[in-house]
This record gives sequence, structure tokens and C-alpha cells, in this order.
Amino acid sequence: MENILSFLGENMDMIYFLILAVLLGVEVISNVPAILHTPLMSGANAIHGVVIVGAIIVMLQASPDDYAAQIIGFLAVVMGTLNVVGGFVVTDRMLEMFKKKPTTKKQ
Amino acid sequence: MSLNILEISYLIASLTFVIGLKMLSHPDTARKGNRIAGIGMLIAILATIFLFQDYNSAKIANYGLIVLGLLVGTIIGNIMAKKVKMTSMPQMVSFFNGMGGACAALIAIIEFRHHDPSLALSSFDGAMLIMLLGLTIGSVSFSGSLIAYGKLEGKINDRVLPFNQAFNMAMLLAMVVLMVILMMGDQMNNPIFYLLLALALIYGVMFVMPIGGADMPVVISLLNSFTGVAAALGGFLYGNKAMLTGGILVGSAGTILTILMCKAMNRSLTNVLLGAFGGAKAGGSSKEAGDQTVREISINDASVLLSYSHSVVIVPGYGLAVAQAQHICHELEQMLEDKGVEVNYAIHPVAGRMPGHMNVLLAEADVPYEKLKEMEEVNPKLSNTDVVIVIGANDVVNPAAKNDPSSPIFGMPILEVDASKNVIILKRGMSAGYAGIENELFFYPKTRMLFGDAKDSLQKLVSEVKEL
Repeated sequence: MENILSFLGENMDMIYFLILAVLLGVEVISNVPAILHTPLMSGANAIHGVVIVGAIIVMLQASPDDYAAQIIGFLAVVMGTLNVVGGFVVTDRMLEMFKKKPTTKKQ
Repeated sequence: MSLNILEISYLIASLTFVIGLKMLSHPDTARKGNRIAGIGMLIAILATIFLFQDYNSAKIANYGLIVLGLLVGTIIGNIMAKKVKMTSMPQMVSFFNGMGGACAALIAIIEFRHHDPSLALSSFDGAMLIMLLGLTIGSVSFSGSLIAYGKLEGKINDRVLPFNQAFNMAMLLAMVVLMVILMMGDQMNNPIFYLLLALALIYGVMFVMPIGGADMPVVISLLNSFTGVAAALGGFLYGNKAMLTGGILVGSAGTILTILMCKAMNRSLTNVLLGAFGGAKAGGSSKEAGDQTVREISINDASVLLSYSHSVVIVPGYGLAVAQAQHICHELEQMLEDKGVEVNYAIHPVAGRMPGHMNVLLAEADVPYEKLKEMEEVNPKLSNTDVVIVIGANDVVNPAAKNDPSSPIFGMPILEVDASKNVIILKRGMSAGYAGIENELFFYPKTRMLFGDAKDSLQKLVSEVKEL
């Protein structure tokens, strides 16, 4: 118990950060019209692709003779990039359709 | 110097994530918001590649592999995202989400291989806990997303194992036990870690497997926030602020979105978490449908009825999307408008396969944004509506949700189309909806059925209306 408390104490900054970011996320997302739920989910999906940064860090630190780490790290980079690129492009495609809304009426 | 620039880059990236997400929640700014977040992401990636330094040593770079990985991912991701049809968007999102989860899990695996618990600063090994959580959540998100992807693609069928729920509970418990064991031990590279990985992967499969397709949006949204949390855990591990902000934002925003969806379907989140709903409910209230008759309407009658109405409301469902009928639907709407009929679309919050999915599809067909009405807005007006056309939707107009407490969808808010004067239902046949329940609306006296492929029927309607 003591250990856990001291762990929490040492990381208080992070915990503040965590709580504030959670509240920010809730605040940012409320009042979203249902129409935008799918693009929003897709956009959020792209944003958590930031995990790619972790994959790059892992690769930068992997020693050249640790082949297992290099293979796993490489896979992680590819998958993370898929998440980022795919996520943003798909979202952009969805939103593109909203762009040209009231123009094409009346023949 | 370069470390400071790196930190500032992460700050900028974090800000773009917040601003981007905020802009994504307004129709006018959404596209710009997405791009801003994308630019922030690019900054974070480039800064990491060029500026990151290990605290104790100079970095040992694997630039070649990193760049190759980025290239491969970019090319494949781009092709997949560009090629996918609008109707298949939800499963595409699910797939990319799974990739993110896998990435987080792989990071945890590599870090674990180097982690020596005996070197932890205090006897509570925080880094270890973060890795274990990152591994578990990332893996569940990965395997779960792929199953969701397969289901929406129609490659995997719903399957409920006996005692599925009990089994899932047991697995959750087992994972917690394994985590505790790993936390207590101080062995390096403990093989139990890989047992936890296997369990988490299986859990993801078992978690999504029994859930019916109609509930898939909730699951995808939930798994989306899971991956967010997994990314944030990675950020915790490296003290990386960009990963933290991005991950937590998505984690909390995704959870809120999930709750909103649960509310729309009248389900509790605990129910979702235990994988309790879905397939098992099919038996529900399909009892006395046998001897009732439905009445059909001919194309001709339908077009006359529509042309001489004052107001028409179209209720699109997934059937419309599957038949790729959104364009011809828009054509019918325009034709009726030219005849002076007021036409609007009523969009149920969970119409299609994801909230807002219908809107995307209709926007693709150039249906003006302001014609898409949300459920709360439409329901009070339905009693003044002459004709409601239900195209490939079923559960979202099922009156059982209001008046049959034994129905599994009882309590779910629906579009009250039975309040209108006439209802025309375009449907392939008499099969039950995605939730697998009978719809008594089809047997109401004011209801007429127009059987056939939605696109086909609409095409015929358009040519009939044209001739009137």
C-alpha cells in the first residue's frame, strides 16, 4: 500500500495531467451533432495513431544485434503508420462529402 | 537544445489534437480540423525521428528500418483508405483501430523484454504495471477490432458459445491474476507475460464474437477508446506528452461517444463490457407473427400516393446503403420536390452501421445537409406527415420498442413512423431486422409493403413519378 501511495506521489504531475486531459476530452466532444459521430470517431481513431511515436522511439533504442526487437519494432512502425495514414485519409474522404452540400440543387 | 525543440514539437502536436478534435465536432470546420490534427501528427513523427535522444546514451538509430516501415505503412494505408467504399467505412475504421492497438501491444512487448524488475526504484514497479496494461488493452483492441471488421464485412458470423459470458468473466479474472503474479515477481522476461498476451488476444475475440451486428458501432467505438488508452499508457512509459494527450483525449472522447450510443439504444455500458447482448436475444418476441398478413403496394399506387402528398419523410437504413441506393433515393426526393412535395430524411441515431453513417452516405449522394433531420426533431412532426418511406430500415421503426416490454429492444427510442398517415416499407422480403426480431409495424393497417431490391424499387418509382 505504502509503495503504491509513494508511486502516486512521485507521479502527481502526470496524474494531474491525466485528469485534466480526460476532462478536456469530455468537454471537447460534448454537443456533437449525431451527424458527425462517424467522422468524429474516425478522426479520433487517427489521433490515437500517435502511438506510432512510441514505435519510433522503440526502434531508435533497439540495438542493431537485437533482431527480435527490430522485427517487432518494424511491425509496430508499419501498423502505427497504417493507423495514422489510413485514419486521416478515411476521415478526410468522409468529410469531403459534407463539403459540397447546398450547391447542387435546382437543375 | 534539440531536446527542447522536441518537447515544443510535442506541445504543438498536442495542441493540434485538441483543436482538431474540437473542430471535428462542427460540420463547417470538421475537414479543416482533421487536417490540422494530421499536420500535428506529422510534426510529432518527424521531430521524434530527428530529435529524439536517449537520456543516458546517444541513440542507436535504425533509420533505414524506420523509414521503410513508415513508407510501407503510408502506401498501404493510403491505398486502403482511398479504395474503400463509403458503405464499408465502419469496418475500415475498425481495421485501422486494430492496427493502432497492435502497435501499442508490440511496444509493450519490446519494452518488457528489456525490463528488469529488480532495478525498479521502489518495490512498486509502476513501469511494469503500465506495460502490462498497455499489452492487455492493446491486444484486446487488436483482436476485437479484427473480429468486428470481419463481421461487418460478412466474413464472420455471430456465434454464441455456451457460457460465453461466464467464460469471458473467468478470462478477465485470469488476466488480473496473471498481472498480479507478474507484478509480484522480479524475474526478467517472465514467460507468464506471453500467456497474458495470448489470453488478451483470445479475450478480444470472445468479447466481440457473440455481439450482433446491430451493436457493432458501440463495440467499435469502445475499442477505439481502448486503443486511445493503450496509446496513453505508452506515453506514460516514455513520459511522452504527445502520446499522452492524443491517447487520453481519444480515450475519454471515445468513451463519451460510446455512452451516447448506448443511450440511443437503451443499453448500459456494463452490459456491453460483459459482452452480454447480441445474438442470444433473437428468441425474444417472434411469437405470434405467423397468421398475420401484410399488404403490398404496387409501384404505380406508391408513386401516385407520393406525388399527391404534401409532406414525405424518408427513413433510410442499412438496406439503402447495401443496395447502393442513396443516389437514386436523392433523385426521387428531387423529383417529388419539383412537384411541390416537402421531402425530408429522418435519421435515427443508430441508423446504418454507425451513428452518422447514414449522413455520410446521403451526403455522398449530394442530399443537402439541412434535409437530414434528427430523431428528436422529426418525431413530433410525423403525425402531420402524409407518407413515410422506410428504405431498408427495420429495428429503428419497430413499435415493439415502445409497447412490448418483453421485446429485447424495449425502451430504445425509435422513429415513431406509425404516427404518420401512410407508411411504405421497401424491403427485400419478410426477414427480421438486424437485431433478429419481428416487426409488428409491417402488419399495421396503414402500412404497405413494396418488396424488392431497394435500388430497383426506387428506380421504378422514379420513372413512374416522372410520368405522372
